[in-house]
Amino acid sequence: MNILTLENVVKNYDKHCAVDNVSFAVPKGSIYGLLGPNGAGKTSLIRIITTITRADSGEVWLDGEKLNAGHPAEIGYMPEERGLYKKMKVGEQLMYLAQLKGMSKKEAKKNLMEWLEKFGITDWWGKKVEELSKGMQQKIQFIATVVHRPKLLILDEPFSGLDPINANLIKDEIYQLNKEGSSIIFSTHRMEQVEEICEYISLINQGKNVLSGKVADVKQDFKQHLFSIGYSGVLPAELAMQDAANANFEIVERKEQELLVKIENDEASNALLQYLIQKGVHIRAFHEILPTLNEIFIRQVNG
Amino acid sequence: MNKLWLIFQREFLVRVKKRSFILTTLLTPFAFALIMIVPPLIGKMGDNGMKRLAVLDESGVVMQRDDSGKVVAPISDTQNLTFKPVETKLEDLQKSYQEDGFDGIVYVPEMVNNDAAIRIQYFSEGQLSMGDKRTIEKKIEQKFESKKIKDAGFEENMIEQFQADVALNQKQIYLDDAGNIVEKDKKNGAEVATAMGFFMAFIIYIILIVYGMQVMRSVMEEKMNRIVEVVISSVKPFQLMLGKILGVSAVGILQLLVWGGLIFGIALLVPLFLGIDASQAQGMSEMSAAEQETMIDYTNQLLISLSQQNWGFIIPVFLVYFLGGYFIYAALFAAVGSAVGDDLGESQSLTMPIMIPVILSISFMPAVIDNPDGTLAFWLSMIPFFSPIIMPARLPFEPPLWEVLLSGAILIATAFFFIWLAGRIYRVGILMYGKKVTFKELGKWLFYKD
Repeated sequence: MNILTLENVVKNYDKHCAVDNVSFAVPKGSIYGLLGPNGAGKTSLIRIITTITRADSGEVWLDGEKLNAGHPAEIGYMPEERGLYKKMKVGEQLMYLAQLKGMSKKEAKKNLMEWLEKFGITDWWGKKVEELSKGMQQKIQFIATVVHRPKLLILDEPFSGLDPINANLIKDEIYQLNKEGSSIIFSTHRMEQVEEICEYISLINQGKNVLSGKVADVKQDFKQHLFSIGYSGVLPAELAMQDAANANFEIVERKEQELLVKIENDEASNALLQYLIQKGVHIRAFHEILPTLNEIFIRQVNG
Repeated sequence: MNKLWLIFQREFLVRVKKRSFILTTLLTPFAFALIMIVPPLIGKMGDNGMKRLAVLDESGVVMQRDDSGKVVAPISDTQNLTFKPVETKLEDLQKSYQEDGFDGIVYVPEMVNNDAAIRIQYFSEGQLSMGDKRTIEKKIEQKFESKKIKDAGFEENMIEQFQADVALNQKQIYLDDAGNIVEKDKKNGAEVATAMGFFMAFIIYIILIVYGMQVMRSVMEEKMNRIVEVVISSVKPFQLMLGKILGVSAVGILQLLVWGGLIFGIALLVPLFLGIDASQAQGMSEMSAAEQETMIDYTNQLLISLSQQNWGFIIPVFLVYFLGGYFIYAALFAAVGSAVGDDLGESQSLTMPIMIPVILSISFMPAVIDNPDGTLAFWLSMIPFFSPIIMPARLPFEPPLWEVLLSGAILIATAFFFIWLAGRIYRVGILMYGKKVTFKELGKWLFYKD
């Protein structure tokens, strides 16, 4: 079951095609990474999902229903460039944004107080936003995004501008919300965060969906059969000399007590190991090196 | 609908709760009152209040003496000025007048030719106020006039018999269905109507600009704050824009009401406060009884004229034009605000074309009030960019009902159209950053799909 499905979504601005026939599906309960370089069309795509704009063609389903006017109340969106009304008090502001999402006054107040208590910031209620630091404002922004318990949470670069402590705090909350059933789309160009947090990804480049899938599957698909071999002692002369006769494998890199070896396919790994043992290499470690998302990303973007 | 209400509430409350709003709303009428009260008070308290003048009369007309040399008909003193006859050489007086306790010398030279203009002189260190100067001229004029009347062989009090008092009374006439002439007193003195026309047009002019600009600034602020993207992920951009325009309009109406109430209250209280003093103010005391009567008459007429205005018609029509004009211009300002970023220069080049019709209306206004039923007045009332200022200016002159209805209908239709139009630009503009905006670009946005 998917919380969100996009089918052949297209959006043009003037002569520029911002979203070019994009399809993907976000499984319910997952944390989904939407990756892509700046200007790839991520924001345009998100704006379609959040009903800020409409797709020129193609279809979007949220939780099995075609996207409609009732859906904004079920989505929480934190844009990359974010802000609040500077002159408004924290409490008034949060109440306003929560009520715009369709919550009743009472409900909004109750939920908000829970969140403020959770972050230990109940005394901010009567403060003006401009009196808060940037990091504090981000917390308020986060609360405004999640207070209505959205089914789908869309976070565009949620950690930008946060110090590590606050970033961790928000990250824990994201996990918590995910555990409680919210599906999360996480848009970023910071790959290390994606690898850490996301289960699924889509890579967007120049408006197109270049690849989608489970992170583990994508890595498998893009692996280059690289193995790292740790050894001790001295390498046999043949290997040390870069034995060209050995067509079965290729030594990509030599480090102190470590070799980086590329083989033809997965099946060849045993043969490689046997060969090395035969040659009298004293092996201490043997493991496959999977590409990082960063490498995949760069490889895909650069063609 | 519920969301529109939320937005309206926020826009309204945020502004009304501001200290600056509370202060300007409450204090502006008092500032007006101060302007009305303080200058007369200062005038009265000022040090040039009392003046003791030496009158050196060589003509023998101003300070007539009997055979023993006693002055028989001195110039009567006023509140500010006392006149003392002196008999000495001008030169000596000029040297000693201050020691003798005078503030100045009024010198009336001998009259050689009775028909010539009467040239009198005033010597002093200081300056005479305009009022005092006029008072002295008038007093001396009176003396020469009565002498001339006597010389011509008339009794002095006969002059009143020669005076005539003419007042032009305007009556409105029209033929009723039976062909009879129906005569009606014109309610408005032309002066009252003119003043009212100017006043109403000016109020709308100020509101259009001040509140239109507020809408623009608020849109720009939301865009620059980036809060706008969060908000429009919950509501339609059009709702946000409309809520904002409505919210700010409510602030404007509230301010008008408070001002109206306070000004009315102050206008009632000020005369009470100044009441007795005002009748004794120097201007009044210098007037002849007849003049004072006219003055009181005039004030009464003004009050009567104001109370006879068709307020039941003027107030609702005024509100329609106020709102219609405000919606048109606020919508345009909102569109511009959404299109520009924080670049003030850019916003100026885009607001200029909006301001031009407003400024033109104000510059056409005197011509319209001069001839409120003329062709210019008619056509400007039909053009919705001008009518919000021009029509209220015409209202006290009782324009034909069908013109008001037609012009009002055009205005309302245009207001709806412009709100729709602005919404088209707004929804694109608020999400557009870092792009230099031209009118051509704005035109393109109109046709963007959602």
